[in-house]
Amino acid sequence: MAINYMNPLFEVVRNYDRCIKCRVCERQCANEVHHYDPDLDKMVADETNCVDCQRCVTLCPTRALKIKKNENEFRENGNWSQQVMDEVYKQAGSGGVLLSAMGNPREYPVYWDKILLNASQVTNPPIDPLREPMETKTFLGKKDQEIHYDENGKAEFKHNPYLELDVPVMFSAMSFGSISKNAHESLARAAQELGTYYNTGEGGLHKDFYKYGPNTICQVASGRFGVFKEYLDTGAAIEIKMGQGAKPGIGGHLPGMKINEEISRTRMIPKGTDAISPAPHHDIYSIEDLRQLVLSLKEATDWKKPVIVKIAAVHNVAAIASGIARSGADIIAIDGYRGGTGAAPTRIRDNVGIPIELALASVDQRLRDEGIRNNVSIVVGGSIRSSADVVKAVALGADAVYIATAALLSMGCHLCRSCNTGKCNWGIATQRADLVKRLNPDIAYKRLVNLVHAWDHEIKEMMGGMGINSLESLRGNRLMLRGIGLNQKELDILGIMHAGE
Amino acid sequence: MLKKEGETRIPAGCAISGFINRSGRRTNGSVIVNSIACMHDRSNGLGGGYAGYGIYPEYKDQYAFHVFYDSNEARIKTEAFIDRHFDVINLSRIPTRKHPNITDEPLIWRYFVNPLPTKLQESQLDERTYVARCVIKINDKIDGAYVFSSGKNMGVFKAVGYPEDVGEFYRLDEYDGWAWTVHGRYPTNTPGWWGGAHPFALLDYTIVHNGEISSYDANRRFIEMFGYKCNLLTDTEVITYIIDYLHRRLGMPLDDVAKVIAAPFWSEIDSGRFSPEETAKIRHFRNVYSSLLITGPFSIILGFNNGLMALNDRLKLRSMVAAEKGDTVYISSEECSIRTMSPDVDRIWSPRGGEPIIVTLDK
Repeated sequence: MAINYMNPLFEVVRNYDRCIKCRVCERQCANEVHHYDPDLDKMVADETNCVDCQRCVTLCPTRALKIKKNENEFRENGNWSQQVMDEVYKQAGSGGVLLSAMGNPREYPVYWDKILLNASQVTNPPIDPLREPMETKTFLGKKDQEIHYDENGKAEFKHNPYLELDVPVMFSAMSFGSISKNAHESLARAAQELGTYYNTGEGGLHKDFYKYGPNTICQVASGRFGVFKEYLDTGAAIEIKMGQGAKPGIGGHLPGMKINEEISRTRMIPKGTDAISPAPHHDIYSIEDLRQLVLSLKEATDWKKPVIVKIAAVHNVAAIASGIARSGADIIAIDGYRGGTGAAPTRIRDNVGIPIELALASVDQRLRDEGIRNNVSIVVGGSIRSSADVVKAVALGADAVYIATAALLSMGCHLCRSCNTGKCNWGIATQRADLVKRLNPDIAYKRLVNLVHAWDHEIKEMMGGMGINSLESLRGNRLMLRGIGLNQKELDILGIMHAGE
Repeated sequence: MLKKEGETRIPAGCAISGFINRSGRRTNGSVIVNSIACMHDRSNGLGGGYAGYGIYPEYKDQYAFHVFYDSNEARIKTEAFIDRHFDVINLSRIPTRKHPNITDEPLIWRYFVNPLPTKLQESQLDERTYVARCVIKINDKIDGAYVFSSGKNMGVFKAVGYPEDVGEFYRLDEYDGWAWTVHGRYPTNTPGWWGGAHPFALLDYTIVHNGEISSYDANRRFIEMFGYKCNLLTDTEVITYIIDYLHRRLGMPLDDVAKVIAAPFWSEIDSGRFSPEETAKIRHFRNVYSSLLITGPFSIILGFNNGLMALNDRLKLRSMVAAEKGDTVYISSEECSIRTMSPDVDRIWSPRGGEPIIVTLDK
């Protein structure tokens, strides 16, 4: 037998003084790490397949477990890190493309953490959200400025289709297939209760969820899975997915083993076949083609629904966004390189795209320079981790944000980044019935609602501190931001001053 | 090193006052000077100014440009520009009186002009837009020149100093107007620049403003999409442009302008306080013109070609009182200043946040 060059990444540390051999860990681990050894009369572990998802740790009734990084070390090398070497071994063994899940984990700068917010002192009073109205409602869509008054002074104006958000946070696209039905249901119910929207991703919409249509954004991706008239008519908005932050330049990939009966029906593809989206939309090879698809989708839905065009943040994102703003689309969604995914080639996830903070700043400025910022709303994602990120994004120029990783975390995800294996122990990124049922939508949806409510409170506190009582007055208000530890080029791109200036 | 107005953003507290005679009866400028003198402590000597309406009856059909020049070169450049775009009917230095507290004055000139018909036609703009563009161009492009007043039959007079001293300096007792507004400034960090004093004006719109708006950069970055350049980085400048945009360019009546810049709260809109038609309109405003919502404390008096509008921010974070005596309406930061102008008013009240007082001339 050939040598397996791969070392386990983690080590299971079990405190035998505490272990009561209840075997919960064994039952909970879909990766089959734990088992009971009758000869030794104790629990043992084979860490080869451990992904550090923390399921066993969380459920161990006596807190007997810890998962630690495997301390075994290769000879140190500043150039050839252990991870890089492991990847070479892996590819030498498999001959395949490396696959990963969730967002880019590498230590690139996080610009959100290098931006500081302002607060009012003396010349302008802070506003107390506990005592005064504090508004986080917002609208997404084209903001046509024209207005007419008839001879009696009555205003006449045209309505463009729009989305109305009670909080400036939406749930980003995650397909039924990449995540479980219970996870989808949780997102849909949370969106409804919060007065916001969730997004079907490219996997179509399960019949059971049509009732959440008014809070649903229906995605149309290059594979066109599950797209038909009724689907388009059901949602509140339509999103054309041109790209995704985790894997700009390539399409989605759902392996056949995940295509069960329900997913097959929802995606409108045969059971067990791989669902591989093409890299481009084959009817869009240029911006004028995009315009045709935008208008076709509008025509198909009686011009009643706003159309979102979602793109990955890439080098020339500002020029692309400018084209989209003139394409008839109502909303541009920009996904940063930290954005998550159920599966992506590792090299693409870790090396393609740019930070959302820089992309957002340059898109917003470009659209204003061209005088077309009011043609479209801007939604950003990938990745928004907290209410502070939301406030900074809005102040840089976003109308609202998309969250997905944070939403998954609130449902129990521990970012083990193994979604692509389909063995999610938390019942989120899996289609195995025994695992899916671990996620209780009644509980998960409430946790999503809690998370967004908590953020909303925090957003209001921060706005109040700045003396702002409406989200609209925060949007693009870059004077409220200062950079810390950034060079002049970075400050120029972000359009902000340095702290102390 | 201290940065000048326009190079950095300077918050300021202030005093404002104004009145209008509905029947168009003209009142001497000394009245408004007295009204601000009694609020001396609300200013700190770093800026004061006035706007008078109906003060140039002999040139009522010409645009009156009041211009500050740092140097004669700036004046020569600007006059060449004005000559290329306008027919100059009259020009002179604005008469002033030496005052011990007003120093370092720039060159202060006044021009009564008509747009050149050929140039106007060539520009494909309506007359007022043409004039506004020219003014913005001078202020943006010619170093050391600043047009601080550009309306018809009205004028702005401003300087660094206490407002009552500024009034004497400009000899306002020699002007009569049917409406006057005044501003005393309390900036927190400025070496003082004449152009930075208030009122801020564009065409016949003038704004005196007390407050520090927290929405400034959101408003600025939006309004600059429509051909405006916020060179002074002051609240007053951006508020003037917003009103010009909504009122003049979009044709919105002033009570609707107030619903955009001091929009009712959602809690009021959802309470059923407004008719369904009105609710639909306000919802539309809050969606489409949301970037023009002004938050943070402000009280403003807007002057325009046939009236005044006073408005508080929607939380009423700045004091403002209004009063009526016969056919004259008074507005001020403090009641004492109204009593100076008219000791026994018929009615005096404190307007609610976000509710405009709009007074126009009787026809």
